[in-house]
Amino acid sequence: MKKFMLDLIVRRNETLNDQYSLLVLTSSEKLPAMKPGQFAEVRVDNSPSTFLRRPISINYVDYELNELWLLVQKIGEGTRKMCELRPNQSVNLLLPLGNSFSLPVDKNSRILLVGGGVGIAPLLFWGAWLNQRGYSCDFLLGGRSEANLLQLNEFKRYGNIYTTTEDGSYGEKGFVTNHSILKEKFDAIYTCGPTPMMKAVAAYAAQNNVFCEVSLENTMACGIGACLCCVTDTTEGHLCVCTEGPVFNITKLKW
Amino acid sequence: MVDLNVQLGKLQLKNPVMTASGTFGYGTEYSDFIDISRIGGIIVKGTTLRERQGNPYPRMAETPSGMLNAVGLQNKGVDYFIEHIYPTIKDVDTSIFVNVSGSTVEDYIITAEKLNGLEKIPGIELNISCPNVKEGGMAFGTSCLSAAQVVKEVRRVYKNELMVKLSPNVTDIAEIALAVETEGADSISLINTLLGMAIDAEKKKPVLSTITGGLSGPAVKPIALRMVWQVAKAVKVPVVGMGGIMNATDAIEFILAGASAVQIGTANFIDPTVSVKVVEGIEDYLIRHKINTVTEIIGALEV
Repeated sequence: MKKFMLDLIVRRNETLNDQYSLLVLTSSEKLPAMKPGQFAEVRVDNSPSTFLRRPISINYVDYELNELWLLVQKIGEGTRKMCELRPNQSVNLLLPLGNSFSLPVDKNSRILLVGGGVGIAPLLFWGAWLNQRGYSCDFLLGGRSEANLLQLNEFKRYGNIYTTTEDGSYGEKGFVTNHSILKEKFDAIYTCGPTPMMKAVAAYAAQNNVFCEVSLENTMACGIGACLCCVTDTTEGHLCVCTEGPVFNITKLKW
Repeated sequence: MVDLNVQLGKLQLKNPVMTASGTFGYGTEYSDFIDISRIGGIIVKGTTLRERQGNPYPRMAETPSGMLNAVGLQNKGVDYFIEHIYPTIKDVDTSIFVNVSGSTVEDYIITAEKLNGLEKIPGIELNISCPNVKEGGMAFGTSCLSAAQVVKEVRRVYKNELMVKLSPNVTDIAEIALAVETEGADSISLINTLLGMAIDAEKKKPVLSTITGGLSGPAVKPIALRMVWQVAKAVKVPVVGMGGIMNATDAIEFILAGASAVQIGTANFIDPTVSVKVVEGIEDYLIRHKINTVTEIIGALEV
């Protein structure tokens, strides 16, 4: 897919809670085609401490409203500044970058999307995409506490939601991999979240012989396969997460 | 129209702006964003005799106005380059250099020999300055004796433009520059990255898997400018300056300090169109100062 460098305009920046914001961007021109699993490299500003672009998952694209959604967690200086962007400000992005989740062949596949924390971001777009193409899916979403469970109202449009929190403040107490829904049989699992969570989900899928794709969040510089900084170890050697990923089948990863 | 042509030994570049090795892939990674034939030259990713997997992740740390990398020369080897990559880039209308690195002098010689026969590769950049590999790399570029030896041996077998890339991690860079000039370098590029380190205080661990890595970006620009100035005064061969160039003004500073051409590195990660913007910016500068040819400002610093 052709990549673009675009100056998009902030339509709104919704503070979801003290940790997360939903940055909604638009453009006077039609947004380019994007696929679930892909990401954008966001330029924050020119301050010395936010020198590089920030790779951010595409949370959702509303082609009717010409909106690109980015779910941002305040982790450091760069993401904090992104959470402070105001309507009508301009933001420079490279997009769409990376590969995307792959559709199961069988439309009747039982599909589970497993997300943790800000890692739920690409799963909303993927859930909507699956729905639009006649697939149904369930969501298993986890967080440290209720404050880390985001966009539940959006997710429920596209499937059943199952939740866990580590402190038991919402849904079942524990990690996503402890949830009772995993006693049921799935044909495909897609996951994005903290690495320990994805590793546990991948181990579950491998044990149960379930097709599984994970979306990695390695730190990166260029986002277009030039700097080779974001590699992950695979059966084919070191591969760039930005171009060969971020989505990998677990059979390819050396986890 | 101003004349942007510059001369590197026998080779003429259409303009003085090149892209630095390891920051621009093989050029094609950037072709969605710019017409890469507008760049004066492209130095492709560091290439070694045999395939290298490079260092384990994490390989990168953002630092104030810059970044550390510890990629460690990941590449598929020179034979793969010749067979699979060269055919896809050979028709790009710009001067494509291959950056050559090795663990032993023999590695450098064999790799350079293999590249000799490629019609559309007018030169190589001999990398004797990579800080991220255990053997070879920077070890060759930090003493006059070993730098001279590897350049001498490669010069014997390599017929085209031989650019030698120097390490800044030395006491006297002009001395090394003189040594490689004496052994037949056609041009000298500098600086490679400065050896640095980043620590995660919360985890009490180094950020990079290799503990240390190479610092690049605007943070290193004043050091790079000083070294280009020193080397340009010491040698007669053309100097190619790099280190933290983010825009045309930065590039012009290097040219005034004595660089015949410049390389843009880390800035490509921030703005994939920056190299073309620098070409245009240099042109604007020359027009604004009523200067006809870019060669008039090479080393034109008034001191």
